[in-house]
Amino acid sequence: MAEEVKTPAPPPPPVGDPKPTAEKPAAAASAATPPAAPAKPAAPAKPTGPVPVPWTSPLVEKYRSQYGSGLDAQTYLGQNYLTVDRTLIPNILRLLRDEEQFDYCVDITAVHYPKREKQFDVLWILYSFPRNERMRVKTQIADGASIPSSVSIWATANWLEREVYDMFGITFDGHPDMKRILLPDGWKGHPLRKDYGILQQDQEWVQINLGIESGQ
Amino acid sequence: MSIHNSDSVNEVSHLDLEAPDRPYLDSNELIINMGPQHPATHGVLRVILKLDGERVLGTECVIGYLHRGVEKIAENRTYTMFNPYVDRMDYVAAVSNGLGYCEAVEKLLNVEAPPRAQYIRVILTELNRMASHQLWLGTHALDIGAMTPLFYTFRDREEILKIFEKYCGARLTTHAFRIGGCQYETYAGFEKDVKNFLTFFAPKIDEYEALLTTNRIWLERTKNVGVISAADAIALGVTGPVLRASGVKWDLRKAQPYAAYAKFDFEIPTGENGDTYDRYLVRMAEMRQSMRIVEQAVNAIPEGPIMAKVPKVIKPPVGEIYHSIEAPKGELGYFIVSDGSTQPYRLRVRPPSFVNLQALDVMVRGLLVADVVAVIGTIDIVLGEVDR
Repeated sequence: MAEEVKTPAPPPPPVGDPKPTAEKPAAAASAATPPAAPAKPAAPAKPTGPVPVPWTSPLVEKYRSQYGSGLDAQTYLGQNYLTVDRTLIPNILRLLRDEEQFDYCVDITAVHYPKREKQFDVLWILYSFPRNERMRVKTQIADGASIPSSVSIWATANWLEREVYDMFGITFDGHPDMKRILLPDGWKGHPLRKDYGILQQDQEWVQINLGIESGQ
Repeated sequence: MSIHNSDSVNEVSHLDLEAPDRPYLDSNELIINMGPQHPATHGVLRVILKLDGERVLGTECVIGYLHRGVEKIAENRTYTMFNPYVDRMDYVAAVSNGLGYCEAVEKLLNVEAPPRAQYIRVILTELNRMASHQLWLGTHALDIGAMTPLFYTFRDREEILKIFEKYCGARLTTHAFRIGGCQYETYAGFEKDVKNFLTFFAPKIDEYEALLTTNRIWLERTKNVGVISAADAIALGVTGPVLRASGVKWDLRKAQPYAAYAKFDFEIPTGENGDTYDRYLVRMAEMRQSMRIVEQAVNAIPEGPIMAKVPKVIKPPVGEIYHSIEAPKGELGYFIVSDGSTQPYRLRVRPPSFVNLQALDVMVRGLLVADVVAVIGTIDIVLGEVDR
C-alpha cells in the first residue's frame, strides 16, 4: 500500500500526452483567436514546467518519524501537501487539528482517475489561523471503498462530505447523515466520475418526477 | 400562529380551565416547509423547519435546485471557455468569481498579471464588493420589513453597474478579466467615473446608516439574533463578514494578499457579538474600506500592458493548485488539477455561500420563525453559488 501512495500526486494517466494532442486543440482554439498559429511551437514546451519538490518542515519530520513510509510530503508551486496512506486518515487529520493548529477545514473534495487501481484521490484542504498556513492532505482509495468521516474533527465536513458522496459515490463512515446534497435523493449515478458523460442523466428519474421525456 | 408573547409559551397550557391537564394548544412539534418558492430565501432554497409553536427546534436545508454541474462543465471546456461560466455562480459578485478563477489558472501557468491589470482588477473587484453588499443590504432590510433601503441601494448600485457596462459591456455577468490580465483597456473617463462614484457614494452609506443603525425596530430585529460564536464559526468553516462579525480578524486580502492588495492601506472591520446586527455593521464598514481601496488604486494606476505573455492556447503543466480570494461572501477557492491538456482534469469550486449556509441551523435554533428570515438574509447567500 505504502509504495502506491508514494507515487507523486499529479494526475498520472495522461502525463506523456502533451505533444500528440497539441495539434488538435490548438487548431480549435486558434479559430476563436485568429493569429494563433505561429505561437504554436512554443506551447508544447510548457508542460515540462515546475515539478513537485520534497517538502521539509518540522511538521513533516515529526509525522514521518511517527508513521514512516505511510506518508509523503511535497511542495508544488509553493503549496504543500501530504500524501498519506488511507489507514492513517482519521488520526492524521485529528493530529493536524489538535497539535498543528489546522483549525479550519477549507474544503474536502475528490478526483477520479479511472485507469488507476485505486481510483480516487480524496483531499482535505486545511488552513491554520494561528500559523496563517495552508496545506492539503491527500489519500487514495479504491472504488467502492469507504473512508472515515471527519465531521467529528471539523463540523464543516458534514456538507462537504455529502457533496463528495453525491458527486463521486464515496461513502464516509460515521457521517451523521450520509445522503445526497445537490442531486435528488433517488438519482442514480455520480456525475463527477469520469465515466459519467457530460450529457448523461438519470432518464428514469426525470421521466417519473418531472413528467418530461428528457432533461436535455 | 401564536397569539401571545413568546416568553409565555408554557402558560397557555393552563388556560383551559375545564380540563387543566389537556394542553390548550396542541404541543406536538410541527414540521413546515419554507420555500423553495419563498421571497425571503433569496432564490430556490427549501428550509425544513421543525417548530415548537413558533420556536425553531431545528432546520434542514434542501439545496440543489439550481445545480448546473459547473464542475463537470469545467472538465469539458478549455480553460478559456470556462472563464465566463464562473460569473454564473455568485452572479451578484461576478467580478470576484472571475478574479479568483483567472488568478488560479495564472498560478497554475506560473504567470502573473501585469501591475496595471492588477490595479484594474482591484478597482473592479472592490466596486463589485460594494454592489454585492448593497444588494445584500436592500434585500436583507426588505426581509425584515424595511422597504426604503431597497430603493436606496438599488438606486446607488446602478452607478456601479454603469461603470461595469461602460468598461466591458455587461452589468452583472461581466467576464471582466482574462487569464493573464484584462481583455479591455480602461475606457476614456474611467478614472473620472470611478472618482465621481466615490464622492457620490460616501454620503449614501451615511444615508443607509441613518435609516437603520439606530432604528429601534432594526435593533430589535437584529440584536442578539442568529448569534454564532467564533469557535463555532471556525469549526463550521464560515468565512467572510459572518466570521469577522464573530470577532475573528481574518481577511484573505490581508492574510494572504493577492492581486495588488498588499499595496493598499485598509482595515478589517470586525464585530464582537456575532449577531445579525454586528454582521450588518461589519458589512457597512467593509463598504467604506472598499471605497478607501478604490480611491488609493484609482489614484495610482500604473501605466503599462494589461496582459501578461500567455499562450493563446492555455495548456498548464501537469500539477494541481488551490487558490482562493476574499469574495464578498467569504473565501472563494478554486482547486484545479491539470493533466497538461487544454481542459482542466478536475476543477473544484470552494463556494463561500455553500459552506456558510451550513451554519444556518446553529444560528436559528431557539429563535422564532420570523428570525429565520433575518438570519438567511444576514448570511448573505446566493443560491447560484450554493448549488453551482
